[in-house]
Amino acid sequence: MQVSIYRYNPDTDEAPYMQDVDVDIPEGRDLMVLDVLEMMKASDPSISYRRSCREGVCGSDGVNMNGRNGLACITPLSEVVKKKKRLVLRPLPGLPVIRDLVVDMTQFFRQYEKIQPYLQNDTPPPAQERLQSPEDRDKLDGLYECILCACCSTACPSFWWNPDKFIGPAGLLQAYRFLADSRDTATAERLAELDDPFSVFRCRGIMNCVSVCPKGLNPTRAIGHIKHMLLQQGT
Amino acid sequence: MVTNATSLTRSGLSDFIIQRVSAVILALYTLVVIGFLLMTPELDYGTWVEFHAGTVMRLFSTLAVLALAAHAWIGMWTVGTDYVREHYFGQRATVFRSIYMVICVGVLFVFVAWSLQIFWRL
Ligand code: SF4
Ligand code: SF4
Ligand code: FES
Repeated sequence: MQVSIYRYNPDTDEAPYMQDVDVDIPEGRDLMVLDVLEMMKASDPSISYRRSCREGVCGSDGVNMNGRNGLACITPLSEVVKKKKRLVLRPLPGLPVIRDLVVDMTQFFRQYEKIQPYLQNDTPPPAQERLQSPEDRDKLDGLYECILCACCSTACPSFWWNPDKFIGPAGLLQAYRFLADSRDTATAERLAELDDPFSVFRCRGIMNCVSVCPKGLNPTRAIGHIKHMLLQQGT
Repeated sequence: MVTNATSLTRSGLSDFIIQRVSAVILALYTLVVIGFLLMTPELDYGTWVEFHAGTVMRLFSTLAVLALAAHAWIGMWTVGTDYVREHYFGQRATVFRSIYMVICVGVLFVFVAWSLQIFWRL
């Protein structure tokens, strides 16, 4: 099978280029895209990408496969290649490339940092732990599962245009995770931080984030909830 | 660098609300005008002028003109801060964006002033 892979080594290459590689895919087995990358790396060790858990848990191998962001380790080849018989691998769009498929995630994590992704509670801590009713705990489902792979934010045009100001779907999903948490008392402060025209309101409901999230999460819905909370607080 | 300074209210929420409310006003205005056109079989200049001569209709038209201006500014500002940026234009982006915004404001000002002049026969 022909694989076209984005190559860029800033030490030796003047510009990025696409390299075509023929890979022998074993018959009768559906490999994951990460397996193909491993096979390619076995013959050309200079090919660079991130990966760790190889089972969709760590979020380090987000890449763009035939135009669509996803985790290489849990994306079956058959799902990407279909009839085209060709695999095109590129780094996640919109972020600076460090080398080959490895991108610089600084901007992504800076947005995550902005939403203060930790529980804040100014009441005295109880002897053991802060309890939560099962119903309140249920509100965090669909939010806490995010593995910060950045597939969503790097598929979002609003994040491409203003990555320094728009929090992006991943960050906003986590922002809502803490806004929705019954144990967090910083709701008003959190909302005040999000009221400017960029942080939340640059979301135009394009829903690329929802369509690519490998964990099946729905950032657009969370963003809708945040807008609703802002509206309730502001009126 | 893109900043909030030129946004209509500097608050995303306020811009959002104005955008929605102005959209409703414009939708109602459009319905009223279309309704008038449909229910007036013999439409001529006289009936058209008469339709717009009442104080209520004049106020409604004024409101619609202002709503359109606010709606357009928020939209055009968003488009400008999305696309007229360093990413495409390098160092000169701020200059280009300023020119773009001045043109938008100019067009909107002329639109509002001229419309008011027409509606209120100034
Ligand atoms: S929301 Fe989904 S796509 Fe976005 S970072 Fe989290 S897991 Fe990845
Ligand atoms: S719905 Fe919002 S956050 Fe998601 S891709 Fe679209 S603009 Fe980005
Ligand atoms: S390697 Fe960990 S998510 Fe793919």
